[in-house]
Amino acid sequence: MTNYLVLAGILIVVIGFALRLNPMLVVTVAALATGLIAGKGPVEVISLFGKAFNDNRIIAIVWIVLPVIGLLERYGLQQRAAAVIRAMRAATVGRLLIVYLLARQGTAALGLISIAGHPQTVRPLVAPMALAAAEKEHGALDEDTGERVKAYSAATDNVGVFFGEDIFIAIGSIILIQQTLATYGYVLAPFELAIWAVPTAIAAFLIHSARLLLLDRRLAASAARSVRAEPVEALSSPSSVRKGEGPSTGSGRAGEERRP
Amino acid sequence: MITMQWAYALAGLMFAAFALLSALDRSNAKRLGNAAFWGLMALSLLAGSWLGDFVNGLLVLGLAGLGGFNLLGRSAPPSTSEAERAAWSERLGNRLFLPALIIPATALIGTLVYNYTPLGQQGLIEAKRETYIFLCLGALIAVGVLYAWLRPPAVAPLQEGRRLIDAIGWAAVLPQLLAALGVVFAAAGVGTVIGDGARAVIPEGSVFLTVLVFGLGMAAFTMIMGNAFAAFPVMATAIGVPLLIQAYHGDPAVVGAIGMLAGFCGTLMTPMAANFNLVPAALLELKDQNGVIKAQIGTAIPLLAVNILLIYFLAFR
Repeated sequence: MTNYLVLAGILIVVIGFALRLNPMLVVTVAALATGLIAGKGPVEVISLFGKAFNDNRIIAIVWIVLPVIGLLERYGLQQRAAAVIRAMRAATVGRLLIVYLLARQGTAALGLISIAGHPQTVRPLVAPMALAAAEKEHGALDEDTGERVKAYSAATDNVGVFFGEDIFIAIGSIILIQQTLATYGYVLAPFELAIWAVPTAIAAFLIHSARLLLLDRRLAASAARSVRAEPVEALSSPSSVRKGEGPSTGSGRAGEERRP
Repeated sequence: MITMQWAYALAGLMFAAFALLSALDRSNAKRLGNAAFWGLMALSLLAGSWLGDFVNGLLVLGLAGLGGFNLLGRSAPPSTSEAERAAWSERLGNRLFLPALIIPATALIGTLVYNYTPLGQQGLIEAKRETYIFLCLGALIAVGVLYAWLRPPAVAPLQEGRRLIDAIGWAAVLPQLLAALGVVFAAAGVGTVIGDGARAVIPEGSVFLTVLVFGLGMAAFTMIMGNAFAAFPVMATAIGVPLLIQAYHGDPAVVGAIGMLAGFCGTLMTPMAANFNLVPAALLELKDQNGVIKAQIGTAIPLLAVNILLIYFLAFR
């Protein structure tokens, strides 16, 4: 007979995450509950969970790069990335963000996830540059337009990193896929998986770039329409951005959400 | 033969150093929590193969307890100041990117050379694991190059690494824990139950509908849970492996890789992924906290459709 109760583990994960409980606890409770419901004894369940964790140690190997990245940051890697972005020249908002999208996808594909991001580059550089490009071309922006330009700046960073990073062979998601499939006896090398991230990366670039070009057209249309234009609220001084955040976006304790 | 155990030992020693430096860091009020957490990671990597399953299980419960009850603190190891970094960046220029490229270049070139020359026939490295060995080698070479070039203090790589791992905190272990959850789900028969259910709903033999349910399921579960890492083991166990791979003989690499990316499309559309969607809205002082999500939906939906079609056409060639 099918034991539908084993699905309780999925329910625990969904409810636990929805209630914003600590994911470490949610996942552990879900694993233990699922094992117990499946009729295993407590020692057997803990052993199963321990063996599974031990068999997946390969996922922890990605952190071996941290001393290198940290050392480079010590010598200004993020400041260097910011300088490169500052030097980007593009005539319109859409084209500027397309260049940024390409740079973000390309560097993420090389494993350089943390050289850019919302606190590191979007807030201090990309969004202000996009606003400036829009104002240069279309004059003062109304509030909705300014909001849209800023939102697209952040969106472009997310799209770039999400659909670039899986081309890198030693990213957590690739190893998680590999280990999950290995559970069922499908042993794959990281390259065999990473290669299949390429078609989606190209599609993501094309779709998002097309939308950025449409954004240019919409901005031109709305600029032509608007008779009165009130200046958009400029971003307040960059000093209000949390400094020294390192690669973490937002607070470190909410770090679980750094994974797409 | 160089096995993964060598890589685990290297990473284990790194975590052991993080633990030791944490214990000595009086500026962090929760230093013992950090030391215990990274110490357990070190123990797992160094000795996990010999501890036995039950002791490994207790070790995981220890990690989950330390992380789950917020016993880790954020450290501030000695590093350079913003001004010093700006000065270094100015002085070193774009050469600063080169050491970062050593790691992917070593992993890529090493793997290709190993697989396409007679070198691979020698059985020097554990099969299918050569990329990770070359990754570790690349990291060691990069640290060596940086020592020779910039002459940082001897302990700097470990302190800077600790700065980054503490910024990530317990979340660094979450992917491994989620993978373990997937194994427990599989052992408990979760996949069989959902697979049978899905088979009852999806018309027999309809590969396209099964791919559609898998892709939409990845995106939907990701939206509910806020990250694709949590959704993947569930959907793989439920539909990906039993139906797409085993019943319909889909290519596991395509189903896995593009299935995960279908999940990433879900991440673009959910406020549950706060750090990607809500935090930037706050950082950019948007009036609408869902403004970033609204800017992303137009990319996410067509891209999800593309991913579903890619799985259908590429996995069942």
